[in-house]
Amino acid sequence: MKEHQNKVWERGFFIFIIIVFILLPFILNDYWIDVFFFFGIYALLGLSLNIVLGEVGLFDLGHMGFMAIGAYTTAILNTRLGIPVFLLIPVSALAAAGFAWLVCSPIIHLRGDYLCIVTIGMGEIIRMTLVNNPFGITGGPNGVFGIDFLSLGSSLVVDTPRESYFVIWIIVGLSIIALINLQHSCIGRAWNCIREDEIAAESNGIDVRYYKLLAFVLGAGMAGIAGNIYASKLMIVSPESFNFMESCLLFCIILIGGMGSIPGVLIGSAAISLFPELFRAFAQYRMLIFGVAMILMMIFRPGGLWPRKRGAVEFKSIWLKATR
Amino acid sequence: MKIILEQLLNGLTIGSFYALIALGYSMVYGVMKLINFAHGDLFALGSYLGFTLLVWGNSYITAHFGVVFGMIAAMLIAAIGVGISGLMVERIAYRPIYPAGRLPAVVSALGVSIFLENALMVIWGPKPQVYPSEAILSVVLNIGAIKITLLQIIILIISFLLMGSLYYLIQKTTFGAAIRASALDRETAALMGININMIIFFIFALGPALGGVAGVMVGMYYRKINFILGWNYGLKAFTATILGGIGNIPGAMVGGLLLGIFEMLGSSYISTAYKDIFVFLILILVLIFRPRGLLGEKVAEKV
Repeated sequence: MKEHQNKVWERGFFIFIIIVFILLPFILNDYWIDVFFFFGIYALLGLSLNIVLGEVGLFDLGHMGFMAIGAYTTAILNTRLGIPVFLLIPVSALAAAGFAWLVCSPIIHLRGDYLCIVTIGMGEIIRMTLVNNPFGITGGPNGVFGIDFLSLGSSLVVDTPRESYFVIWIIVGLSIIALINLQHSCIGRAWNCIREDEIAAESNGIDVRYYKLLAFVLGAGMAGIAGNIYASKLMIVSPESFNFMESCLLFCIILIGGMGSIPGVLIGSAAISLFPELFRAFAQYRMLIFGVAMILMMIFRPGGLWPRKRGAVEFKSIWLKATR
Repeated sequence: MKIILEQLLNGLTIGSFYALIALGYSMVYGVMKLINFAHGDLFALGSYLGFTLLVWGNSYITAHFGVVFGMIAAMLIAAIGVGISGLMVERIAYRPIYPAGRLPAVVSALGVSIFLENALMVIWGPKPQVYPSEAILSVVLNIGAIKITLLQIIILIISFLLMGSLYYLIQKTTFGAAIRASALDRETAALMGININMIIFFIFALGPALGGVAGVMVGMYYRKINFILGWNYGLKAFTATILGGIGNIPGAMVGGLLLGIFEMLGSSYISTAYKDIFVFLILILVLIFRPRGLLGEKVAEKV
């Protein structure tokens, strides 16, 4: 009976949150709507990294590289060939996912920290290649500019902050529904099994290589979509937006929220995107405070702010194994 | 031929910076299994401390005792300062988190890194600082046809002395054996009567101190430093650590020197713009074909 009541409360809480998100852009001014837009971008990126890091436990510190592929695909195809940005959403996703499949196939057998280092290297190679302007298409350090608004012909143009807010949050909402279904499917279970114990998973007939690669490809595809929206919002993409620091921040989103927890990702991305804005008054000290907050957070809540329910027991075992 | 030799020397110089920084990463990783992301910023802190010391000490120490003494004094004091900061970082940001495991410690390390980077920016300003040229040797020697600066020779001598003595300490003394033992298995080492806290204290003081020396050397070599120095060198030195085999002390030295040489040869024979890509490609290739690094030992997988 109590469980049922809890469920009702939970459902009410989520509906409340959804209503708040729908009403927000009608209350806030344009500046804060944009802040919440970037919150949405970080949430989408966080969800995409959550597949790789949270569900499968693969350390990926080069995730911004996939977003860069998506953003540059959009930017180049839109400015050179004039293809509408809406049509480029699946193209960017496929480009990033295909790239991930190509690059990750040879490195997927690496374990733990080694995989982490290779992904750092991969992210840096992508960024530096973009800086070096191969075949004169990426525009070097300045990047590509003059990207259109999110549009499909002249009838559908997303050009106000409020509209782009709705676009990103609708995509985030759909991704959340898809990811929750995925978590409960056999793929999600296989992922979690690999995270908990790879050898046990393999000996139970789970194709570890296939599922790890699948996580990377799906995660990269979602990051590619985030790249597409980001490029059309800023109208410019430059290599410095995709540096190592940003990948580290994404990593932090997952760990601040709690590994593998979808509400956790939202809280983590809120922390990363809203925190610097709230402390804007402190100007140059705000990132200083941000660093201290990260340390304090890990001291007092090492499992994240909203750890996944089923996870509490499992994570303990990971930690014990890791510290041994 | 002449160009190759000069580039090799330059590569060796840069490589010795990487090697000194890489040692800190490798020692900490060996014992704690923690990628100390704050290490690069501790190195940058050393660079800034050296800058301030040289600016202040310039009129007194350099004038009375000579340029070389001033330079070495700056390295020493910066090393002590950075070593103490390293200990503080461990005590404040890492020690409370050890029971929670590895991943939270990574976030904490990133937090320390962001904090230190911005602290440098707040204290010394966002603009690049330039080392005072009168406090640094600028003699150029001609050996045969090769040009080499006296500064480079001093850098090479000091870094090789440091690496040699660390190698001796780790590989030949009882204390070194204790460090290696705790890197292999911390719990068993503790059961054998090794004081693990002492070892942790030591690696978190010595690693950053070596990084601090490298920081002052980089400042002297390039003259110009900025507050994001830590990320660039940290990432490269980390690559060097992996190249040599993480947790392996001689590996970090070899990896650092090789990386420096690769980078210089790559930039003079392939393309300056693509030299960093070249470095990371080598890293990925090494990891694909030899995941434990060049000198790393094969670790059997526990089931």
